[in-house]
Order: sequence, then C-alpha cells, then structure tokens
Amino acid sequence: MPGDVLLMGAVAYDPKVVTIWEGFRRWLADAGLPFDFVLYSHYERQVEDLVAGSLDAAWNSPLAWVRSVRLAAAAGRTVRSAVMRDTDQDLTSVVVVRADSGIGTVADLKGATVATGAIDSPQATLLPLSFLRAQGLDPDGDLTVRRFDVGVGLHGDHVGGERDAARALLAGEVDAACMIDGNHLLFTQEGVLPAGTTRVLAQTPVFDHCTMTLVDTAPPALAGRFVELLLSMSYGDPVVRPLLDLEGLRQWRVGRTSGFGPLTTAVDETGFYDADGGVRAAGYRP
Amino acid sequence: MTPPVALVDLDRLGFDSGAHLLVRRGLRGVPIGGRLRVRGDDPVLGVHLRGWCRAEGHGFSVDPDGGYDVVRGDAEQLRWAGAERAGDPSPQGIVRRPPAHWGLAARGALVEAGGPSPGFDIADRDVVWADLAPRLYAHAAAAQWDPATAVDWTIPEPLPAEIEAAVVQVMTYLVENEQAALVIPARLLARVHPHFREVMQLLAVQAADEARHMEVFTRRALLTGGQMGTSSAGGRESLNSLLNEADFSLASFLLSVLGEGSFLSLLGFIDEHAPDPVTRQVTRLARVDEARHVAFGVAHLEHEGQLDPTLRGRLRAAVERRHDVLVDTAGLNADVFDSLVVLAAGEWTPTAIARGYRAVQQLHGTMDDGRRQRLHRLGFPDDEAAELSALHTRNFM
Repeated sequence: MPGDVLLMGAVAYDPKVVTIWEGFRRWLADAGLPFDFVLYSHYERQVEDLVAGSLDAAWNSPLAWVRSVRLAAAAGRTVRSAVMRDTDQDLTSVVVVRADSGIGTVADLKGATVATGAIDSPQATLLPLSFLRAQGLDPDGDLTVRRFDVGVGLHGDHVGGERDAARALLAGEVDAACMIDGNHLLFTQEGVLPAGTTRVLAQTPVFDHCTMTLVDTAPPALAGRFVELLLSMSYGDPVVRPLLDLEGLRQWRVGRTSGFGPLTTAVDETGFYDADGGVRAAGYRP
Repeated sequence: MTPPVALVDLDRLGFDSGAHLLVRRGLRGVPIGGRLRVRGDDPVLGVHLRGWCRAEGHGFSVDPDGGYDVVRGDAEQLRWAGAERAGDPSPQGIVRRPPAHWGLAARGALVEAGGPSPGFDIADRDVVWADLAPRLYAHAAAAQWDPATAVDWTIPEPLPAEIEAAVVQVMTYLVENEQAALVIPARLLARVHPHFREVMQLLAVQAADEARHMEVFTRRALLTGGQMGTSSAGGRESLNSLLNEADFSLASFLLSVLGEGSFLSLLGFIDEHAPDPVTRQVTRLARVDEARHVAFGVAHLEHEGQLDPTLRGRLRAAVERRHDVLVDTAGLNADVFDSLVVLAAGEWTPTAIARGYRAVQQLHGTMDDGRRQRLHRLGFPDDEAAELSALHTRNFM
C-alpha cells in the first residue's frame, strides 16, 4: 500500500544494480525501514514517475536531477537532493588529445573533430561541450562533434561511450575526446590509452554527479528515516561494505545542489529540456 | 605553530605507472584526517590524483604553493577494523572449528570480515585431524617417484602365456581398485576446510599416488602387447559401496584402514610371487605409498577415537552396513583369485597348484591378521576385532 513503504526508483544500467539494491533493501529492512525499489530502463520515465508520486525517491543521475526540478516546479511540487555518494562530489571532465598532436590550446580545436560520449552523458558530452563553448568554441559551428551513443537514456552511466571515444582518439579517427577525470585514469590503467600516448588539453571546473532525489509527496517519517539510515552506513560494516564497493562509494553524504550549476547551464544552452522539463533534445530516443 | 606537512615527491612518476603506491605509502605515515602534500612533474598528475583520491575516499585539493594536498580518509582503516587472524600458521595453531568465512584464506592470514562462506563441510578438527599429518605429508612429498624412471621397463624374458595372462588379470584388478582409491580421497579433499591444510595436502598426494599406481599397473598389463583382463560386477559392486560413504571418518576407515590395509598384504604377496622384475618393481613401489595411506587412516581415527567415545560404534556399524549391502554379491572376481593361485604356483603341476592355493589361503590369513591388529589399535577388543575383520569384503579393498 502506498505510504507503508518507501519506494525508490533506480535505473538498471548494469546487472549489478540488482545486487546493490537487493542488498541495501535487506539491510534497510533489518534496520526497520520498509523499503522497496523499482528498476527502470532509462531515467526519463523514472523522473516522470517520481514527480507523479508513483515513487517516493529516485536514485538520479545529475541530468535526471535537473529534469526532476523542472517537472516538479511545473506540477507545483518540490524535490530535494537528499543524499549523495562521496564520489559524486567535485568531479571534473577532461578534453584529451594525442600526445603528439599539434593541438596545444583549446583555441586550436577550431575545425577539429571532438569525440564525446552518448547524447545524454553529462560528464562526457553536455558538460565538456558547454565548457568549450565558454572558452569561445561553438560546438555546432567550430567543431565536428562525433558522438558515441552507447546506452542512450542511461545519462552516461554506461562507460562504453567514453571508452569508444577514447579508442577513436587513439586510432586517429578524431582529434580530441571528452571523458570524466577518473575514466582517463581507468582507460590508462586498462591500456585503452597506453601511458604517455595522450595529453590532457583542458579540465572543466568541478561539478556534482548522482543524487538521491526525494519528492515532497513522500511520507515524511519514512523519507527521513531512509536518509538517516543511508548516512549511517559505515564502510566498517562487513555486510554493507561489498555493496558500497559495488556502488562505488565509501560513505554517503548529505545531498547538495551547489554542484549542478554547470549542467543546468549546459541543458539550457542545448535546449535538452525545456523550462517545464519537457524533453526537447533532437535525436534523443531513450 | 603549523605542524610540518608530510611530503611525497613523485618526480616524473604518474598514476599510469604506479604512483598510487608512493601516495598510499605516504598516507600511511599520517593519521586519519592528516594531510599529505603530493608533488610531481607528470602533466596529468592533478587529474589522476583527484580521481584516485575520490575513489579511495581521501580528500583532495590543489595547493596554491604548487602540488596537491591529500587528506587521509578512514576507508582503509574501516575495511580492516573487523579483520581477524585465521588461527596460526603452525600446526599447533589450528582451531577446533574454523569459521566458514575463513574459506580459502591461508591459515594465519589476516582475514577481512565478510566475504563468501564456501561449503567446506568437513570442518571439525576432531574429525579430520591427526598430529601425524604434517609429518606424513612431508614424507609423502619426499617419496614421490617418477614412473618413467623409477621402474626399469625393459621387457623381460617372455613368460609362459598363461602366467602372463595371470599377471595381466591381477594388474587389471589392481587398476580398478586404484581408481576407487583415487576417487575417494579426491572427493573428500574437496570438502575439507582448507584450515586443515596438511590434511588436504596429504589427501592430494594420496590421490596423486593412486594416479601413478593406475599408470604403472596399466603399463605392466600391456607390456607384452595383449589386452586387459576382466572386471567383475561383484568387484565393482564392492568398490561402489566405498564410493557411497560420505562420512569422512567412515570412508577413511573402510578405504584406508580395512581396504588399503588388506592391499598391503596383497601387494606383498604379488611382490613375493612376481614372475618378472617389472611386476615386482611396480607392486613394491605402490606398497610403500599404500603403507603411508594406511598410517594416516589409523592415526586420524586413533586421534578421533580418543576424543569421541561413540566413534567405535559408528565404525562397527559401517562395516556391518557394507557387509549387508554386499552379502549377495560375488565378492572377489574368480579370475583374480585363480590368477593369484597361478602366480604363486608358478607352473602347471598338481603339486605347484596345491602350493599356490595354500599360499592364497595364507594371504587371506595374513590380511585378516593385519586388519585385526589395526582394529585393535583403534581400541576394539580382540574378539570384536576378529568378528569385524571377518565381515570385511571378500574383494579385499
């Protein structure tokens, strides 16, 4: 029955999502919280259901957060960024070129082909292109953008688009590639970008990533307890530690909204969503 | 006064070449919440260090004076907070009931809490252990031999065809028995908790011993280019009843103490009456190995019997149960019995056959004596030992 259980949505971008949330569900139940989750195949339906009140909480990508704020406002509701992973705060993305490339500054990218992640990837498409725009390059006029649309609708959670962009860079198919800072390290360690073969041309300012979004129709007591319990999870707990490792965090932190400014700007620049949260991005089919 | 800041200078080393090792080492030198300054000349150091710190749960900031500041997080400390030592590496350090989650961890290792609990169900020291196990394993490891070089495989003077056929039949029977003797410890060893490392090792070497025995007996059977002998349904029935015993102590008792114990006498008999040097060599080599298997079986059941007064009753029940299962089967393959007589006779005269027949009867007596002695060592009174020995399978193993 609605109201008896805190119901959360999560996007199934990988089979491990089931392991993670089944594990958290058991842990939360043991702590006395009636909790259940629903899996979505993409973020757009998840945020629509959140604002419609079918969900109490949504484990949102940053792009889904931006849309949920707009959808909620249009519906006379409010949402809040309640909890984030420690790894969701203060990220950066980088624009990478081959080490032997003649491109020495961002301005040199004029006329170049730049590889990005999927159309809806904040870290590998929307944010770095917005950053380049701020540096005086118009992605639509000054650059040829080559998108690697892997996992469209997953808002860049699938690393495949970034990896394909990195491969294209090394293969000489593109002049530059965009990726999150941690993935440049990952691809270097994986051998996709062997040591010394690439150079970081530019790095964006910091931004925030996923956030547990609560809608104001959520039962307040359950919602409060949910947040409290997530924040209480300790990396020292051997039951929860493997789940935290899988989800990629060491501890949950109190949510904030201060890190979503750059993405909000990028969404407005491209018209990805309109002011009411309508999906307007051309060619975006989750 | 500001405390001095710990510093790691990475020079040109990047995170694509192992820089995290020096940073992690530097962080171990500062307290949780303490600050480590990291400097280096790798152009992407700032990008990679930021990503690494985030993933590892450390704080990161750019130092206005150059380099980066890393604030040590507590994740590593928390990960190991609930860890425990899996006993002590020495045999004296084994515990009575190692927890399932120690699993495949080396004895004595620092084991992180959590993780899988593999189903090693033979996990009680009093059931599986013998103080003799480490010494027996060391002896077994030192006594391994190479079938290619330990035996002189030169084909001897051809034997009379019927004597050769007797050898082939006995070898065929031995291979069948050795296969059972390999499968049983192999099944058991996969169930023993790795905390009892020496027992696993000993069972593994025992299985390897049997693998060599299978090879040399097969090779001897085929040495003159003929076919293998017969395999009787009753013989296989007897061995099958061994495979079905799931209890570690009972399986060890039936196989090692009674079965392989009887085989010691059989191999000694074949050695004594072998008509050619290859047959003699292979049975002699196998006998040394089998003696070790019997020694472990007896030692471990002696150990267990001292701790568990109900053990003897269960051993007795196992013998009786197996006897009941086999009571209507033929027992020893008649071809094997006849072949043993022929081997001991050595020629086809009535006198020689009578001599061979008597020798096989004496073999039965020797086997019975051996079983009674070993049962006696396990604490059975003489009359009960005699009674149980008489119930042992007629198939020897």
